[in-house]
Parts: sequence; structure tokens; C-alpha cells
Amino acid sequence: MSAAATNNRNLELIGFALIALLIMVVLPLALDIFRLNLIGKYLTYAFVAVGLVLCWGYTGILSLGQGVFFGLGGYCMAMFLKLEASSAANTKIQSTPGIPDFMDWNQLTELPFFWVPFNSLPFALIAVIVVPAVVAFILGAAMFKRRVGGVYFAIITQALAAVMTILIIGRQGYTGGINGITDLRTLLGWDIRTDGAKYILYFVCCILLLGSMLLARFVLSSKLGRILVAIRDKEDRVRFSGYSVGDFKIFIFCLASAIAAVGGAMFTLQVGFMSPSFVGIVPSIEMVIFAAVGGRHSLVGAVIGTLLVNWAKTAFSESFPELWLFAMGGLFIAVALAFPRGLAGIFTDQVLPYIEKLWSRNRRGQDGVVVPNPAPAE
Amino acid sequence: MVMGYSLGELSSIFAMQAFAGLILFSVFLLMALGLAIIFGQMGVINMAHGEFMILGAYMTYLTSHGFQTYLPGAYAIYFFVAMAIAFIASGAIGLAVEWLLIRHLYVRPLDTLLATWGLSLIMQQAFRSIFGAREVGVQLPDWMMGALSVTDVIEVQINGLFVMALTLIITGIVALLLFRSTWGLQVRAVVTNRTMSGAVGIDTRRIDRLTFGLGCGIAGIAGSAFTMIGSTGPTAGQLYIVDTFLVVVFGGAQSLLGTVASALTISQSQSTLEFFLSGSMAKVLTLLIVIGLLMLRPQGLFALKVRR
Repeated sequence: MSAAATNNRNLELIGFALIALLIMVVLPLALDIFRLNLIGKYLTYAFVAVGLVLCWGYTGILSLGQGVFFGLGGYCMAMFLKLEASSAANTKIQSTPGIPDFMDWNQLTELPFFWVPFNSLPFALIAVIVVPAVVAFILGAAMFKRRVGGVYFAIITQALAAVMTILIIGRQGYTGGINGITDLRTLLGWDIRTDGAKYILYFVCCILLLGSMLLARFVLSSKLGRILVAIRDKEDRVRFSGYSVGDFKIFIFCLASAIAAVGGAMFTLQVGFMSPSFVGIVPSIEMVIFAAVGGRHSLVGAVIGTLLVNWAKTAFSESFPELWLFAMGGLFIAVALAFPRGLAGIFTDQVLPYIEKLWSRNRRGQDGVVVPNPAPAE
Repeated sequence: MVMGYSLGELSSIFAMQAFAGLILFSVFLLMALGLAIIFGQMGVINMAHGEFMILGAYMTYLTSHGFQTYLPGAYAIYFFVAMAIAFIASGAIGLAVEWLLIRHLYVRPLDTLLATWGLSLIMQQAFRSIFGAREVGVQLPDWMMGALSVTDVIEVQINGLFVMALTLIITGIVALLLFRSTWGLQVRAVVTNRTMSGAVGIDTRRIDRLTFGLGCGIAGIAGSAFTMIGSTGPTAGQLYIVDTFLVVVFGGAQSLLGTVASALTISQSQSTLEFFLSGSMAKVLTLLIVIGLLMLRPQGLFALKVRR
């Protein structure tokens, strides 16, 4: 392993430790529970961004439909919580007690069959991961085996996001429609709306996010990760070398989707509802921009990018709602034009050499030996 | 008897839905034409295409107001003036965008997607700031109102017919330009092999810019036509962009004939299904069918066979 790669590895570890420190210690101490809950919501988007680093940054698959997987995860969780909140005792004023309120409003008289298994928490938790992964697998198998890639794949995933939103809004008796699944109260009798529960859920979210980052790091630093980068840079050569490019792509797409879905489930738990406005085309593209701003090649960068963009969005839309779209649009253009590697790229290209220069000057002062600058980490 | 309708009723229903589908077809085709030549030639995904269309629609709206205030006598022909203004405005902004933005990104097509999405957000907010968030509509000139009765159950609206005729004319002009003009010859050369075209002396950069401008200009005309059949809001463009992309991809990005055929297929299946299912389910089904077909033919219906 070259010195630059070791250097890079250390840098990632430091970045990871700093992120952990920031979200697990600094932010909970510095912010009140309302703001912390907001940060928790942003962190659920960071799951999607981590997934996008895997499939877009490292494998070159741009998916504009990650909101679908985020939404599937969130909806699986919401369905369980909704059923728990709609016990026969809670809903006795309805014409059919025991089914969610929106079904009653839409003249449904019994629980649809695909809702029934969601009465069980283990099933719901497994579904959070499995349902999106299966959807991703079907889509991936159909696309990557046929060697559909690049721009075509992006457009098709975008169409999928459109389909998903239209479906949820159109079938409101089964899905809650445009309002989504709201009024979620308890998880196995534990009230998720209290401040204490919000603290606990925030930390669960942080731990899961850090876990996802470690998993992603593990995948990327393995031999598999090298093949993914090779696929991104020269797909045909990898194929001619005897690798089944399609299988690798399907795997990483499923993994990215499952990670996004965990984020969706944590979103539902922390925010207390799930609606189609987090599923469609616009949120899906916004999630891509989080990863792009932070740096599509950096897991740590993606999380930082998500936090910064969302923080800016909240700050801007609180004070200058008119300007927000201009700022967001400008950000997209700037990232695409000038900083394709995002904040992480700026850091490794600009800030790091400066630090290293200071460092080596220090060393020279001590023992009079000039230490040459290591090659910039790639 | 099928589903409680007699055969006569069914055929009228199909005729009416087919006509509604033809109007949808016109909008799809006008939007997809510009997108298809841009995407086909440069591989650039212009996510702001819908906003260029809306720009054309707002230009038409402004022109109609101008005519109402200053030239009420000539209101019958305002639309033709508006169309020219819409073309010039969208085309000029398209040229500027190409020069400022797109030409720096030709090597990274996925990034053009992000950049043009950013552009579309900026344009949307600009429309909202200038024209307000409410939807605006234009008043049709008298000769465009009303409907023709074909039989006692089938009626066709004149504005719909007009939009269709316009679509046919624009498609014809684009086909003529592509297959009979020097620009068209050069475009086709660049599509087939960019490097060789450059080597034989075609200024590919110039061709790219012209194509992008022309594509945006056509989107402007589409917007102009759009005002004939619906009202215009700042985000109306986004409603059509996904469908239009599917039209382009489904048709085969480099083929004019493919674009026409796929616009027809998608719009007709959507409007026919709409009668039997709810509107949203018809759309879902259409999109899913198209996605399914794309898996069978990833290069679209009419793929250009090129050895690379």
C-alpha cells in the first residue's frame, strides 16, 4: 500500500471520529431537543447520501430514485406504528374499528392483505430492509443485466420515483394518500413523542448511521471496492477481464437502497409521520445534491454535506424563503461546474496541502531535514 | 356489449379518448423534439427543458396582454407573433446557458443533469418572483374557440386541432432542417461520430451551441402551444419533464421517427387507459409499461445503428 493510500485511510478514520464526536457529543450538548430532533431528521437523509456515495461516487451509477427506497423503508415502519396506533380501543368511533383512520375515511371495511403482516414488529423491521432491497434487486437485475446504465438508468429511476408518488397519492385508501401516514404514537407501548424518546431515537439514529458508514467503508476498502471503482472508470475492461459487472452493480445498488431504507425508517420514528413528499422526484434529486455537495467520493463528506445543506435550507427558508430556491439552484450549478468532488475535494486539494506544509516546516525547524510533500491523496 | 357499453358507444369513446390523446401527443412531441435533438446529439440531459417551455408560455401570455392593450384589432393573429417571440426568447436564453454552463460539462454528462436541475430551480423561482405563484391563462382569439361536431357524440375542439396542426408543421420543419440543411447534415455527422466530424472540419462546438439553442427554442414554441390548452404556472414544466424524458428514451434518442412514434404510443395508451382506470393509475400503468419495454429494448424503439 502506498504512503498516499495509508495517509488517506488515516484521514478517513480521523474524519469518522470527528463526525462521531460531533453528532454523538457536541450537538446533543449544544442544542435543545427541538433542534436536535431536526438534526436527527437531517441525519436520516445522510443514510441516503452514504448509499449514494457507494453507488454513485464509487460505482458510477447515478440513481435519481433513492427517495423511493427511503420512502419504502419509512412506509414499512409507519405501517407498523399506524396499526399499533389504530387499536380497536383507539378507533372505536370509526364505522370499522381497528383499521387505520384514513382507510375508514375511504370506506374500506377491512385491513388490506399486505397490511396484515405489519402487525408484527419483527416482520416490519425485516421488511424495512428487505422490501427496498428486493425492489432494488428487481430494478437492478432488469437494468444492469441488459447493460442499461448512465443517463438511461438515471431517467428510469426518476420515472420510478414518479410512479411511486402517483401510486401513493392515487391509492389513498391503502396508503394514506397525499397526507401520508400520520398520527403515529407508540412503539410497542413506548411513546415516541416524548422528549426522552426523541433523545433515545436520536442516538439510535446516530449509531445506525455510523454503523452504515463503517459497513460502507468496509465494502469500499475490500477487494470488492476496488472492482467497483474499476467499473466506474472503465466498465468494459472489467467485463473483458471476466468479472460479471452486472452482479456487482446489482449488489451495490441493493446495499445503497437498504441503507437508504434504514434512514427512512428512522425518519418515520423521529418525525412521527411519513408522506409522499419524501419519496418523489424532487426529494430524490435533493438527496443526490447532499452527496454531491459533501463530496461524492467521501462518506464523511456526504454526511457533512447533508447536514450543511439542510441546515442552510432551514436557515434560509426561515428568513428568506424567496431566496432559497435561487441559493439551492446556484449550489447545484456550482458543485457541478466547479467542485465536482464537493467539500471533501476542496479539503483534500486545498486545505490539506496547506496543513502539510505547516507540518513539514515545523519538522524542518526541529531537525533540519526537508520532508517532501507526500503526493496529494486521491 | 363490453363492460355495459354498446359497440357504437365504445367506438365513440375510443374516438374521443384518441382525440384527447392526440392533444397530449402534441404537447409531448413538441417538448420531446427539442429534448431529443439535444440529448441525441450531445448526450446532455436538460432538466430545465420544462422551464424553457414555461418561459415560452409566459412570453405568449405577455404578448397576448400586449395585444389586448395596444392592438385589440389584431388580436386574432397575436398567437403567431407570440410564437416567434417565445422561440426567440427561449432560444436566446438557451444559447446563453449553453455558453455559460453546458459546454463546460460535455465530458461529464451526469453532471449536466445536476447543473440543469439547478438551473430549473432558479428559473422556477424567477417565474414565481416575476409572474406570481398563481397560474395564468391567455384568452383565446374568437376563431380558436368552440368545437366541431363530427357526429352527434363526437366533438373536437378547434384549439386542440390547431395545436395538432402546429405540432405537425413544427415536426415537419425540424425534419426538413435535419435532413435537408447544412446544419442538419452536420448534426447527423456529429451524432454518428463526433471525432471524425471534427477531423473533417465541422466545428462541433458551434453545432452543439446551435442545437442547444434550437432545442430550447422549440421548447418555447411548445410552451406557446401549451397556453392554448391549459393554464401556466411556475412549476407546470416539471409535470411534463419525466414523461418527456421517457418519450425521448423510449423512442431512441437519436431518431426523429422514434420520438414521434413513442410520443404517440405513450400519449395514446395513457389517454385510453384513463377512461377505464383512474387518471393516476393510467399514468402509473403507462410509465411501468414503458419501463418494462425499455428493459427489452434498452436503446429505444428506433435505435441508430452505429459502430463505435
